[in-house]
Amino acid sequence: MQLDPRIPDGPLAEKWDTCRFENKLVSPANKRKYQVLVVGTGLAGASAAATMAELGYNVKSFCIQDSPRRAHSIAAQGGINAAKNYQNDGDSIFRLFYDTIKGGDFRSREANVYRLAQVSGNIIDQCVAQGVPFAREYGGTLANRSFGGAQVSRTFYARGQTGQQLLLGAYSALMRQVAAGRVTIYPRREMMDLVVEDGRARGIICRNLITGGLERYAGHAVVLATGGYGNVYYLSTNAMASNVTAAWRAHKKGAGFANPCFVQIHPTCIPVHGDYQSKLTLMSESLRNDGRVWVPKKPGDRRHPNDIPEEDRDYYLERKYPSFGNLVPRDVASRNAKEVCDEGRGVGGTGLAVYLDLQQAIERDGLEVILKKYGNLFQMYEKITGRDPSREPMMIYPAVHYTMGGLWVDYHLMSTLPGLFVLGEANFSDHGANRLGASALMQGLADGYFILPYTIGNYLARAGRPGLRTDSDSYRQAEEAVQRRIDRLLKNSGGRGANLRTVDHFHRKLGALLWDYCGMARNREGLSHALATIPEIREEFWQNLLVPGSGQELNQSLERAGRVADFLEFAEIMVRDALAREESCGCHLREESQTREHEAKRDDEHFSHVAVWEYTGEGQEPRMHREPLHFENVTPSRRSYK
Amino acid sequence: MAGKKITITVKIWRQVGPETEGRFEEHRLEEIDPDMSFLEMLDVLNEKLTLAGRQPVAFDHDCREGICGMCGAVVDGIAHGPEEETTLCQLHMRHFRDGETICIEPFRARGFPLVRDLVVDRSAFDRIIQAGGYVSVNTGSARDGNTIPVAQNVAEQAMDAAACIGCGACVAACPNGAAMLFVSGKISQFALLPQGRPERGRRALAMVRAMDAEGFGNCGNERECEKVCPKGLSIRNIARLNREYLRAALMGDE
Repeated sequence: MQLDPRIPDGPLAEKWDTCRFENKLVSPANKRKYQVLVVGTGLAGASAAATMAELGYNVKSFCIQDSPRRAHSIAAQGGINAAKNYQNDGDSIFRLFYDTIKGGDFRSREANVYRLAQVSGNIIDQCVAQGVPFAREYGGTLANRSFGGAQVSRTFYARGQTGQQLLLGAYSALMRQVAAGRVTIYPRREMMDLVVEDGRARGIICRNLITGGLERYAGHAVVLATGGYGNVYYLSTNAMASNVTAAWRAHKKGAGFANPCFVQIHPTCIPVHGDYQSKLTLMSESLRNDGRVWVPKKPGDRRHPNDIPEEDRDYYLERKYPSFGNLVPRDVASRNAKEVCDEGRGVGGTGLAVYLDLQQAIERDGLEVILKKYGNLFQMYEKITGRDPSREPMMIYPAVHYTMGGLWVDYHLMSTLPGLFVLGEANFSDHGANRLGASALMQGLADGYFILPYTIGNYLARAGRPGLRTDSDSYRQAEEAVQRRIDRLLKNSGGRGANLRTVDHFHRKLGALLWDYCGMARNREGLSHALATIPEIREEFWQNLLVPGSGQELNQSLERAGRVADFLEFAEIMVRDALAREESCGCHLREESQTREHEAKRDDEHFSHVAVWEYTGEGQEPRMHREPLHFENVTPSRRSYK
Repeated sequence: MAGKKITITVKIWRQVGPETEGRFEEHRLEEIDPDMSFLEMLDVLNEKLTLAGRQPVAFDHDCREGICGMCGAVVDGIAHGPEEETTLCQLHMRHFRDGETICIEPFRARGFPLVRDLVVDRSAFDRIIQAGGYVSVNTGSARDGNTIPVAQNVAEQAMDAAACIGCGACVAACPNGAAMLFVSGKISQFALLPQGRPERGRRALAMVRAMDAEGFGNCGNERECEKVCPKGLSIRNIARLNREYLRAALMGDE
């Protein structure tokens, strides 16, 4: 596997210009002769499909939901960063670049991150022009807020529904191209495999989720914008259908998978309340600006929080990090919450929660002021838990939220497999070992509106236009393999043995294992245990899985089973990657790599690289490759929150 | 957090496909945790059915945090159930009594053909948006975001209209099976914002025509739609849609 990041020469600020100039162009008259397949319709997929269609390419757009408008980008609440410097507070492209690369703990590529900051302003302009109702100042200009510990105000927002509004903007651009005849949408289709011919990505096999039929589609390039793999943990803030299948299938066909162990765990989610729990809900971190985090000092203290006097409370973040207190970064807050719960001091019915207490802020500022700031969050909390945060502390717990790892891509967003491009959360490129708040939306739209449409032309112009037949051996073999897998998943269908278990049983089991051993804090022993246990769960899965019904109909159990089967394979490289990365960085504490004060210790000497995994065959150990990271414009610094 | 567990009976619609006949099926569910969401209760039912060798109930859902618009069913006669401004996924079992029977049906409307059990086909909404629910601006041709000021209250009203999640509850609740609230949200958003003005006339005419072609009815001012809308869209948007349509029709905007 060759890892050529194809970063243009020259000064950082000129690399993107250089790349665009050196790119070969497809002439306007020839664009209509090309067919591009785009899988996924979130911010990255919808914006890419719409923009390529505007340029004149023919696009087929696929999604698993009933409409492209439902992709999970829609759930992003907070906002989108852009280096507009409208607030005149000293922001610049270089500052956004620096904050992003530092936030990622110096585990991302300088050139990619700089380009992201460069195009960030264009995204805002584009979205405004589309009619996205961003928040405004009284004078009619765009409003900003500061977000995620940034010292400048560069986050644009549309109430708490920024992701929804940006996605609907991209979706409307996509629908316009459907009307123009340039895009055909294929909703309720799940990509089951990638078709590779002559070493190039040439097509996909999809399952029509309504009829169950397998379908073949051919294109001159394939674009994956299929999101992250957070649902490998079973419980996460991701949507129920979010999965790794498309990325994993592409990996098995030759695309390298980069940094799979980099997973962001968000500290302020509504805690788990029972075994039947299906997903976790995020609450904005802004609550930590006024809330104090605590647990009882004594393990097993079952008193109502309002009855626990001040001297019996442990405000552990304030105690351990006197200068940052409750505002320590996400990873530190998350790790400490898990630690106090592991000590038996967790609260709530499950013991897996800590208090986030706004009582003092309410006494200080008055309830009205606090409700003005957090009223919608209070409502959301009350809707889900039935408890009123203005009368008692909220309960929170960390949850898996975003995955920085993903398919490896070069500067052109092309994977190690020629003709396969990967965008948004599905790639690994811009967030390093940790993503800053309000940067996911920025990256998805940067990739889709402003990067891929340029770089894919260069590929297409050079690769030419082979015919688009889907009756070759490679399609037939790919489809047969998909069919065999479906048949295997259904082999116990109609059975009623005592050993048989549903899909969710196995998914939960895998999730719990990963949460315990490949979560926020990791060590060699735990990871080795996980690595040994995953194949056992997988074996049991293929033995005792019960999927009712057939493959020739709408079968939601079968859909989930296919995704969990892939998670069970993917989990292994995730754990291997965590094992190999013997340093603490970004979101993760590697317990063997700590300072004397038990803080994360990064190891630039040995781990300043992207770890890229190559699939080597069924039952074979995957091979790890390294892309070294070079820092020519910033100096990796160390974090301290004491 | 756990409160007292409850026992409920669900009377739930089963239908294999659009051509086959449907019927209600009854299931008793014990030990239902009041903190459970409505969809988690359906998960529990489906686990039970699966282990008993039966087909689970098909239902659409995805984000489970009330924003994707994928879930939805009629619960005891009300689209998305008894709680106001709440999607089905954000409805919790604490709003039901021990021993209660809950009736669950799909959204029924001419514009939403049934697919299976609680799953319906809402692709008509995509086709209505294709008719004109956008601003015609290619990527790259936008001017600086602050070039055109937008008054704060106008931006807020546009946001109110744009909050629609496309779930289709408004259609299911309307005695005429009208999609006017859905259509009016988009029309209003773009009629209010300066960016949408150049195409307002063409948009109103084209979207209304597409809505009619999909078999949705007309507004009869019953106001059932705004009552069930999980995002609280007001029928003032429908008034604005009518104005936009009339304006375009009278001025020959095409």
